[in-house]
Amino acid sequence: MRQLIEGVLLPAFGNSLLAPLEDQARIPMVELAGLGDRLAFTTDTYVVSPIEFPGGDIGRLAVFGTVNDLAMAGARPLYLSCGLVLEEGLELAVLARVADSMGRAAREAGVKIVTGDTKVVERGAADRVFINTAGVGVVPREAHIAASRARPGDVLIVNGSLGDHGVAILIARNQLALQAEVASDSQPLHGLVAAMLAACPDIRCLRDATRGGLATVLSEFATASDVCIRVREAALPINEVVRGACEILGLDPLYLANEGKLAAIVPGAAAEVVLAVMRAHPAGRESAIVGEVTAAPAGSVILTTSFGGDRIVDMLAGEQLPRIC
Amino acid sequence: MRFADEFRDPEKARVLVAEIERLAAPLAAKRGRALQVMEVCGGHTHTIFRYGLKNMLPCDVLEFVHGPGCPVCVLPMGRVDDCVALAREPNVIFTTFGDAMRVPGSKGSLLQAKAEGADVRMVYSPLDALQLARENPDREVVFFALGFETTMPSTALTVLQARREGLGNFSLFCNHITIIPTIKAILDSPELTLDGFLGPGHVSMVIGTRPYRFITERYHKPIAIAGFEPLDVLQSLWMVLRQLADGRCEVENQYKRIVPEAGNAQALAAVAEVFELREFFEWRGLGSIDHSGVRMRRAFAAHDAERKFAVANLQIADPKSCQCGEVLKGVIKPYQCKVFGTACTPERPLGALMVSTEGACAAHYQYGRIDLLKARNEAAEATT
Repeated sequence: MRQLIEGVLLPAFGNSLLAPLEDQARIPMVELAGLGDRLAFTTDTYVVSPIEFPGGDIGRLAVFGTVNDLAMAGARPLYLSCGLVLEEGLELAVLARVADSMGRAAREAGVKIVTGDTKVVERGAADRVFINTAGVGVVPREAHIAASRARPGDVLIVNGSLGDHGVAILIARNQLALQAEVASDSQPLHGLVAAMLAACPDIRCLRDATRGGLATVLSEFATASDVCIRVREAALPINEVVRGACEILGLDPLYLANEGKLAAIVPGAAAEVVLAVMRAHPAGRESAIVGEVTAAPAGSVILTTSFGGDRIVDMLAGEQLPRIC
Repeated sequence: MRFADEFRDPEKARVLVAEIERLAAPLAAKRGRALQVMEVCGGHTHTIFRYGLKNMLPCDVLEFVHGPGCPVCVLPMGRVDDCVALAREPNVIFTTFGDAMRVPGSKGSLLQAKAEGADVRMVYSPLDALQLARENPDREVVFFALGFETTMPSTALTVLQARREGLGNFSLFCNHITIIPTIKAILDSPELTLDGFLGPGHVSMVIGTRPYRFITERYHKPIAIAGFEPLDVLQSLWMVLRQLADGRCEVENQYKRIVPEAGNAQALAAVAEVFELREFFEWRGLGSIDHSGVRMRRAFAAHDAERKFAVANLQIADPKSCQCGEVLKGVIKPYQCKVFGTACTPERPLGALMVSTEGACAAHYQYGRIDLLKARNEAAEATT
């Protein structure tokens, strides 16, 4: 185990807070206090299969996913922990690739992996590798982002194409006999969020549309804020490949997972300014205004289809199951 | 996206909706009630809700009645219990299409059986199941064959392939059903007030348009075989209304790009080789319907799960509170059912109509509650 930690993990994650290998990382509070007035703290566990796929791998996901959960509070992400559950028999080379990918992702996102834990379980008790990352960040004073703050007159912005990750994973599982060029959108979003907050400190709601997709996030906003969110299907950025895959498989891109996409509700007056800074940021080039907040019917999400009809967009019950015919 | 966007043009939709409204209004006035057109196929139900067609059409003069053409929805509880029992057999890999996983039996669904350790696997095609049989020669792979004539040829061809390869560990649990006797059963229902039909497009791709003639000749109802894109559905509806307005009664084919008048001879030959009619088959909500299901011919006994395993063939009554049958016949609307949205939701479906997004109740719940919300809203505004 020591060999694993010193030979693989330490070089991959390498930083001065992790290096002493104490049972805990010690973080100077002075540094934190200068960045804001609240600590953001989150955890998430990553079990994606397959562990490597076009556009990313489980390691990148484990770093960016937790970074993004912090970013959705407007927080500046700083430190991560890394808990690894390894299935007996996992090739060392695979683990090295995953660790290396985590290290690179952390450097890309400007965060440090400062503490960790590794367990090996018997074959069949895990699927190759599971990763838990917890993260801390600091929320700047002016940010007060919450799912309950959407108001009539606000607008809905997304930062780019929806469903890329979901379809990339489906295709990488290779059960569909489908071949298509689509890569996961896995990317850190805190830089984008910082730019958005600088342009408009009064951003109301922010969530990354991971499992359950945009539809789930919007349902959460609509319920928590007791408003109606109206989405224009024609305005939604969706790649042709993703649309095609959804047509063939009978899936709805609104419910597909993303790993680098956020939904933001911002005051109507600030919409164009926020959109402009988003489009100027590498993580938001394809940003688009896709909907508006109205008062009624409260607690609902309504999609105006490209065809001209309206329909309710609901939380998904269980997983999306493909239709027979 | 080519071959899809052409059939979803909102401008053309507007023209069609206006024409439909123009035709429907006087016909409804003459009858003193809204016209009722049944879309037989669950695929159409899905299109109607997904694209919001229902809200684009004049609901005071025209309403859709959602028909029985969702194979998942009409599957009786006993058959689901048989599936679960098969899936629990120690050496069996039970393979199924995705949306059959959640259908509730009397002792839970296949999804629950899977969670409890049964080897249930979702496949996209019967050929995936055949591949599993090749890869697992020491296991019994059972494919849950389900659906109307649309999916019958692909299972028939898979069985023929299994026989050619001598894959003795591959079998079908055959639950294929046929549409024609079911439409007849609905037409014979005394409560019926239907004015016309949208015919199932992909069933017709296999069986052609001739089998529907009895609908026009004996029951004097117009029918248009319809495609599944939103413009297909609108155009088919318009065709039915035009027949009503002209006093005609014919089998028209809107889905000519897919449906040949004579159907698909090769597919029909494969179906005839492998399957034969059952005397009757039990439908959820509709009860037993004569000659409405098929089973495998004796020559294929080696690939017939009903012969290979001790399938109990259970008959279990639908839950009393469910009104699936009345919904299927168009006697009540999904939201008029006693348990709609309360005891029966997509998360915990009681009736099978709540399971698949092609089921009338799930479609209403998922996409259609907009009407209820609007009504509630207007009521709230009126009181303030």
